[in-house]
Amino acid sequence: MKRSYQDALHLEGRYWMFGALFLFLLVPIIASLSTGVWPTMSQFLPGFFATAIIFWPVTTIEVFTFTPMLGTGSSYLAFVTGNLTSIKVPAALNAQDALEIEKGSEKGDVISTIAVASSSIMTTLIILIGALLIIPLTPLIESEALRPAFDNIVPALFGALGVVYIMKRVKVVVVPLIFMILFFLFVPGSGGLVGIMVPVGVVISLVTARILYKKGKIK
Amino acid sequence: MLNYVWVYLIVGLVFIFVLLQSLVFLIKAYKKGVALGFTKEELRRTITSSAVFSIAPSVAILIGLVTLSRIFGPLVAGMRLGTLGAVTYELPAAINVIQGVFGKTIGDALPIESIITALWVMTLGCIPPLLIIPLFFKKMSSKMDSLKQKDESWNQIMMDALFLGMISAFIGYVIAPKSVDGSEPFISILGILVFLSSAVMIIIFGLLMKKFKWEWLKNYALPLSMISAMALAIVYGMMGVR
Repeated sequence: MKRSYQDALHLEGRYWMFGALFLFLLVPIIASLSTGVWPTMSQFLPGFFATAIIFWPVTTIEVFTFTPMLGTGSSYLAFVTGNLTSIKVPAALNAQDALEIEKGSEKGDVISTIAVASSSIMTTLIILIGALLIIPLTPLIESEALRPAFDNIVPALFGALGVVYIMKRVKVVVVPLIFMILFFLFVPGSGGLVGIMVPVGVVISLVTARILYKKGKIK
Repeated sequence: MLNYVWVYLIVGLVFIFVLLQSLVFLIKAYKKGVALGFTKEELRRTITSSAVFSIAPSVAILIGLVTLSRIFGPLVAGMRLGTLGAVTYELPAAINVIQGVFGKTIGDALPIESIITALWVMTLGCIPPLLIIPLFFKKMSSKMDSLKQKDESWNQIMMDALFLGMISAFIGYVIAPKSVDGSEPFISILGILVFLSSAVMIIIFGLLMKKFKWEWLKNYALPLSMISAMALAIVYGMMGVR
């Protein structure tokens, strides 16, 4: 029974993902056909290499980092709708924690999918409304008074999320946390490297957890 | 900007596709959830709390939308930010082309060649997940499943360790020296205060949950802590903290 549900998810997920890929590629093609302008190689390649050299490895590693956290159904959805670290992964995590479900289980997979789907719908609608009403909304969005709130979404999210998980597994988090604090404090320009450092943190955390588990220090 | 009927049509189609996929996945997971024994109330609360949680970070995406709209127009910019990547990817990719290749700045009158090239680069610059997941994810997850079955207690620790790795990186990021509008890099006391405020808020909500047995608060503790901390960020900002 379990396999058939999982198999169906994989099969349908593939269709949706290839459909998304096709549509995403169609956007620049139609833009080029409409304007009659196609990028020349001398303009495209430098921009592409500057982008892909960072983001191809980062997005590839993201697949291996986030799919185990998300589960099957939500992975096929979250990688189409994007905004993984700031919205989709925390939403999935929060929903599973609220119902006290074992992560990685079939129940966890279902709840994670519901969370990511609901979150994707809300995000898409907000962006769509924002795009349609951009002229009246711009002064509000860019207002100096609201700027501290919008600039600090990450601390506001990870403060609450962090403390819950840190309290749960203090022993596991000590090493990756100290490493990350030292790295971000002392490596110049490290603020822009958080995407690359997430998988590094995951590896350090996994190795630490494995050692502690093998030594019987955590259960 | 890309003010062309066909461009609007394809962008509209992308939005419909994403909404439809989300809706189909939601309905299927809901039905499966009922079959697995979840109550409809539990599932409804999951839907509501996930949607509520997403409001604040989604509104924050609109800042990136305003910037990217100056290149592509609002609908194409919205489509880029609402799918696949995130503002942390889309903006650098666009800048690589607009500034790096064409020597222009966002907000300048941009030649159409730069806009089209940027759109191609942004599309192809983050394509790997759309190929890796459909081609290899099934194999990856069956390997993961067999690992999980071998040792159930390690499985739980491993899942927590995955999240803790991500959380550690973002905590480090909060204290990383930042440069605002070209200023000298500085450690954002505001960011650290917001981080601590959010942590304190969720602890308070946890205590309230225990004391008054407010089960409903479980789903909303994270979004409420986040929104409270963002509101406090405005207060700290008004007090001159940065």
